[in-house]
Amino acid sequence: MVSQARKSELLFSGSDWNFAKLSRVYDEIEALGLEELRLDIYPVQMEVISSEQMLDAYSSVGMPLMYRHWSFGKRFLYDELLYRKGARGLAYELVINSNPCIVYLMEENTMALQALVTAHAALGHNHFFKNNHLFRQWTDAGGILSYLDFAKSYIARCEERHGLAAVEAILDSAHALMEQGVFRYHRPPRLSSEQQREGLRERLEYEERSFNDLWRTLPPPQESGETKTGIDEDAAERKKSLHLPEENLLYFLEKNSLILEPWQREIVRIVRVIAQYFYPQRQTQVMNEGCATFVHYTLMNTLFDRGRISEGAMLEILRNHSNVVFQPAYDDPRFSGINPYALGLDMMQDIQRISTAPTAEDRDWFPDIAGRGDWRDTLLDAWANHRDESFIRQYLSPALIRKWRLFVLADGADEPHYEVASIHNERGYAKIRSALAQSYDIGASRPDIQVVDVDLLGDRHLRLQHTVKDGVMLEGESRDATLRHVRNLWGYDVSLAAIDGGTGAMLSERWTKEL
Amino acid sequence: MPIFIDRRLNPKDKSLGNRQRFLRRAREDLKRSVRDHVRTGRIADVDREHAVPMPRKGINEPTFGNDKETGRRQHILPGNRTFSPGDLIAKPGGGGGYGSAPGTTASEDDFRFVLSREEVLDLFFEDLELPDLVKLNLKQILSFKPRRAGFSASGAPTNINVGRTMRNSHGRRIALRRPKEAELDAIAQQIAELEAKPASAAVSESIAALREAFERLERRRRRIAYVDPVDIRFNRFDPQPVPNASAVMFCLMDVSGSMGEREKDLAKRFFVLLHLFLTRRYERTEVVFIRHTHEAKEVDEHTFFYHTESGGTVVSTALEEMHRIIEERYPVAEWNIYAAQASDGDNFATDSERCIELLDRKLMRLCQYFAYVEIIDERESHIFGSTENGTSLWRAYNAVDGKWPNFQMRRIAAPADIYPVFRELFARQPDLRKSA
Repeated sequence: MVSQARKSELLFSGSDWNFAKLSRVYDEIEALGLEELRLDIYPVQMEVISSEQMLDAYSSVGMPLMYRHWSFGKRFLYDELLYRKGARGLAYELVINSNPCIVYLMEENTMALQALVTAHAALGHNHFFKNNHLFRQWTDAGGILSYLDFAKSYIARCEERHGLAAVEAILDSAHALMEQGVFRYHRPPRLSSEQQREGLRERLEYEERSFNDLWRTLPPPQESGETKTGIDEDAAERKKSLHLPEENLLYFLEKNSLILEPWQREIVRIVRVIAQYFYPQRQTQVMNEGCATFVHYTLMNTLFDRGRISEGAMLEILRNHSNVVFQPAYDDPRFSGINPYALGLDMMQDIQRISTAPTAEDRDWFPDIAGRGDWRDTLLDAWANHRDESFIRQYLSPALIRKWRLFVLADGADEPHYEVASIHNERGYAKIRSALAQSYDIGASRPDIQVVDVDLLGDRHLRLQHTVKDGVMLEGESRDATLRHVRNLWGYDVSLAAIDGGTGAMLSERWTKEL
Repeated sequence: MPIFIDRRLNPKDKSLGNRQRFLRRAREDLKRSVRDHVRTGRIADVDREHAVPMPRKGINEPTFGNDKETGRRQHILPGNRTFSPGDLIAKPGGGGGYGSAPGTTASEDDFRFVLSREEVLDLFFEDLELPDLVKLNLKQILSFKPRRAGFSASGAPTNINVGRTMRNSHGRRIALRRPKEAELDAIAQQIAELEAKPASAAVSESIAALREAFERLERRRRRIAYVDPVDIRFNRFDPQPVPNASAVMFCLMDVSGSMGEREKDLAKRFFVLLHLFLTRRYERTEVVFIRHTHEAKEVDEHTFFYHTESGGTVVSTALEEMHRIIEERYPVAEWNIYAAQASDGDNFATDSERCIELLDRKLMRLCQYFAYVEIIDERESHIFGSTENGTSLWRAYNAVDGKWPNFQMRRIAAPADIYPVFRELFARQPDLRKSA
């Protein structure tokens, strides 16, 4: 009797899935997620795909639509090879930051896995996409699919009109600068060209209205000593009008290049918009995966506790879960860096622990959340307001550092040894935390390259500047190749100067003329 | 309730366009590996898919990236057991920085991907400068023709065989005793007659009985359809390969010392092209390799291309051997015989006469086609370009050329010269098919 009652409560049994089961499970998980974790999600669109289609999606950077380029073909071959050789499995799911949120499910998954994936992607990732401030500020989930659709057909049209080779050349060059094609600090200007023209006209009109010939008769302002010569002033004026220095190379080239035709500009812009779209994802790997993993782990366990999932299915879910969050030690042959799933989940569970059962040490380190009891609020707040770097800086606890036995190796390129800088002890906690946070700061780990000056009236020579941090230079061969791409887009000479960030000394300078 | 979309049946190969762009990009590298493949592989293998290593050139995607060999950085690693602050650890020999760049360690040599048959042929044809129509023809797989092959119970509506279907339907109607139209009419008539009579108990009783019988028959008619799905028969068509017989291809080559690596490579391409042509035209193709110095021998493919032998050059021995093999194994009635001979043109002075005689009297009567290429140095190509004089074999064969339309000869110095030898062959395709 009892077993029968239990059985009828089960959401599914057996490993085969069908759409009715998927739908039932989704509804249950969604209700639970909203009630239990107070998640807030986009509507969900689930798409069932085969492994081949999953490989296709991989090669187009996970997007359902993408323009055509040979580099995607190359990536596809690599992925396919790895998969065929069995060196790598395919993801069980793929989720796209769009509204409605698109979740791909693999047809090979068992029902238990589909449930896991539903909780992970359709709830966890979805909530993160909708609520994290980076995604809210920088990406347009509602418009991305139609934008990609536009991009794809636009580039196809260009290929038809201008030839594959011409389009490929522009795409190659733009792809090379993708990393330098994002705004990191300010939103891109949103003015439409219409508004811009309007603004310009108003300004001119105002100048005309307020014209007064008397001003011309005033003596020129006194040059106070050696401050500014005419040339310097020109340079300052020029930089101001071009908004220099500019860190977004693609944006600068798109707006100011003298040789690009309108369709080429548009292609550069497409690449830039896509780079910008992916920028938040790269900054929130640990948090995004951690959030999704935490959500699926919590929800699946709750469902099991309520008797809605059979023991067999739960066992399968747990096995997959522990594969995903497996973190080998540094000397393990399987070690390949810190697993973002593992780190994210551990930190979030740690927050749960600190909120409900803090130790004295936790109270010391986290006075504002320790023992507050409501871990949901703390987590929702963290998910909404942090990226990896700030999240780790804020929430990595000494207890977790001890659990992971983290240590920091200092690595100077010209020294024969690594030095163990900090380990998990009282003196090391803060340092490890800040070093780990630093390593997730994309702004710090990517080379800082900016447009500093351009001589528009003279030989149109474009000056780039690489601010060297900690003596880390650019890799020579690919730097030269990339500079050539910059030149392709700019059309005139380009130079890249390496300036030491600390001392301001010029370390080297590279001209496209010399290449 | 989320929206579900089943995408599994969507068209596959979404990334085919990307693949084509990639192959075009890496064309030179891929061409080289296909060329190597032709050089080292078997003749028949060209017509197949083929795994090639990942190309190296032209597929880099440069970005501004940090140089791992410079500067100071920190690695954060889990799983410390023994270290204390200040410990020094020697760097591993070959490029340290573990944990910083997973996935770049796998050597790119391991990556081989498969080119489809079409792609291999495309790359193979590129040097040979084949006309597009010929390329298309060679890429085509055996042509099939649908041929009537009895009847089947399923098929497309356009193929319904009405005669059969109606015959089945008739048989079934008889077997199930479907009431005929006439029977119903007869009863209706009786009813009408009875109704015309003055009403009486007996009459109305028999009318009722008749009506009941009428309805029963009517019901039965409705239950047993006139034409039922089980009656329907379709014409069945079987794809039949276009009837063509077997062909045998004789590869003759001079392997005396004067044939170097380059000469053999050109010769091999020449043989491959003929082979491709034959496999398209004939259902069964056999290849016979005969090599000769001052004596000729039938050998296997590997020996043919890779073993050198020293000795003089007597071409007629090869022709004699070929004749012997034809007599022995390939009766002309059953086989289409093609021959391709490659040589550098050297021959024993008095032997050329004998070659002419052999070809003229015997072989040309048996062969569908005999192609001779003389492989010459690129520097000589402009000297000999079109002149009549040349090596002794060339002069001798010139006589045969004039007499037999199915004899072709050519001097080749580069891959692009090979195709013209076969031009005649490819141009005459329709006739060939008929004669086959």
